[in-house]
Amino acid sequence: MSYNVLVFVKQVPDTQNISGEAMTPEGTVNRAALPAIFNPEDLNALELALQLKDRYGAKVIVGTMGMPAAAEVLRQSLYRGADECVLITDRVLAGADTLATSYTLSCCVKKLGKIDLILCGRQAIDGDTAQVGPQLAEKLKAPQLCYVEDVVELTHKKITVKRAIEGGHEILESPLPALLTVIEANEPRPMGGKKIMKYKRAKTPSEVAKAHANANYTDAEAIATEIESLESRGLLIKEWSAADIGADPGRVGFAGSPTKVKQVMSVVLTAGEAKSVPANAAGISQLIHELISDHTLG
Amino acid sequence: MSEKLGNVWIFIEQEGGKIADVSLELLCKGRELAAKLGVKTEALLLGNKVESCVDTLYSYGCETVYLVEDPRLEPFTVLPYAKVIIDLILAHKPNILLFGATMKGRELAPRVASEKLAGLTADCTDLKIDDFEDLKNKQSYKNKLMQIRPAFGGNIIATIVNTWDDPQMVTVREGVMKMDAPDKSRKGTLVKVKANLSDAETVVKVIERVRADKDVDLKGAQIIVAGGYGVGSKENFKLIYDLAEALGGEVGASRAAVDAGWIDHDHQVGQTGVTVRPRLYIACGISGSIQHRAGMSESKKIIAINTDPGSPIFSVAHYAIVGDINQVIPQMIKAFKAKA
Repeated sequence: MSYNVLVFVKQVPDTQNISGEAMTPEGTVNRAALPAIFNPEDLNALELALQLKDRYGAKVIVGTMGMPAAAEVLRQSLYRGADECVLITDRVLAGADTLATSYTLSCCVKKLGKIDLILCGRQAIDGDTAQVGPQLAEKLKAPQLCYVEDVVELTHKKITVKRAIEGGHEILESPLPALLTVIEANEPRPMGGKKIMKYKRAKTPSEVAKAHANANYTDAEAIATEIESLESRGLLIKEWSAADIGADPGRVGFAGSPTKVKQVMSVVLTAGEAKSVPANAAGISQLIHELISDHTLG
Repeated sequence: MSEKLGNVWIFIEQEGGKIADVSLELLCKGRELAAKLGVKTEALLLGNKVESCVDTLYSYGCETVYLVEDPRLEPFTVLPYAKVIIDLILAHKPNILLFGATMKGRELAPRVASEKLAGLTADCTDLKIDDFEDLKNKQSYKNKLMQIRPAFGGNIIATIVNTWDDPQMVTVREGVMKMDAPDKSRKGTLVKVKANLSDAETVVKVIERVRADKDVDLKGAQIIVAGGYGVGSKENFKLIYDLAEALGGEVGASRAAVDAGWIDHDHQVGQTGVTVRPRLYIACGISGSIQHRAGMSESKKIIAINTDPGSPIFSVAHYAIVGDINQVIPQMIKAFKAKA
């Protein structure tokens, strides 16, 4: 009997290459203006899940909550070896903080049925909070194993992991189901050429509908036929709304978020005018003299 | 609600009976917040045989210590800690609960916040008490905790407010809150609480635990000499060590130097490393990404040495030296030895 391993991933703006203008005046992310990438540590979580599939046999399901365009990170998961994908997308989910997000993801887990392990990246590079993993574990009343580097052993009763702690590591043992947050401790495998050929046609139902609309061809029956055809070939990316996963509308999105953004400012770090010091013996000697006189040195 | 405002709580992190610096920093900040609100500063101390920490907590201004001792609380695991803290929250209804944004704090606080359905803001760099007008929901709130944190890889600073039930929970970055001097004459009240734990909280077993205290103390250092990618090689980092030794400082590094494998992560200053505010910070061959500057810009004096006059590091520097560290550093060592 193989394992059902669920990986939650996130499509994030590439925060290494942006400026303050990437925010809307309301203080939310202006995602349209930013290049979207697969959150780096989520790739490590996916890699660990795929290693479990190789070692023990597992069905790897990848889920994400996001805009319709987030289907792209799901396709990239299929290119790497995931078996099945689900996109949770709905306007009512907008503005979710970590509590509302973890509640939403917990509804998705319950809808999926029997899951033995959930893997998430430790944190996403847009918010850097590292909160959704532990909060999702709590919502499911499952144990959480954070900062996981590797799985030592998996049996149908328990999982043993190696995880980082401040100044060292621990070996932890936990019953299943359990949730792991994974750090950058493995090398995510590249996408497979054959898998790309196969799964580049994988679509969500709304992507199918959108393609038809773009071709000025909106025959509902044709859309339904194509969706059915994709599903029979294992190329349909599931797409669920908040109602599909049975989520309470008061607990998702902006309404379900206790934290509100009061203000957002671009970071400007200045110390005023720097004093220019000539890079020669006299200049440096003068600088050292100044620092000793004002007791910064010595 | 005309109920009396709850107190300010600080989760005290300890390892083998040694209190984490960040917990003491938070006691000092907590006292400031509590004074503003007219409430008490109280600490949660969990572990096994850790009562000896109590006097230190009083000396930093803590008025009540809730002490929970149990063998199942050592070593630290999340589930029993979360259960004990939830029980205490339900019994005493604190207004504010602060955690250090350490590895432990960042796995514990979300578990607690999720169960309590409380808001939680990660990795704050400043905290203030202020009023909040929620224009969207047409509600106004008095004396709320302003939770200030960088986001988007340090490119923006956001102020977050928790509008749901108390406690208002945050994790706070290490090294950013100032630690006041302790006062041994201060006394407080000790409240011993029994841990109410069941098998459900002890399902995760620690099979093996390997750890060592860090051999660098950047947070406590008064002088830091830091090297970046411009140092050029692992061998050349000797220059940085030489200057640090001559001046009596510690060695820091930028992420680029750590990623290049020239120096260990324990030395990293910045958004994903340590935040420092020494008396003197010397940035050598560091271009000064926003993530790095966020971790050192509050240093009292900053000297930046870089061959590129356009480097962003110069925007936070007090002294700018446009030049090659291979020439400048030996001259600095020579000049210091001549004067000192």
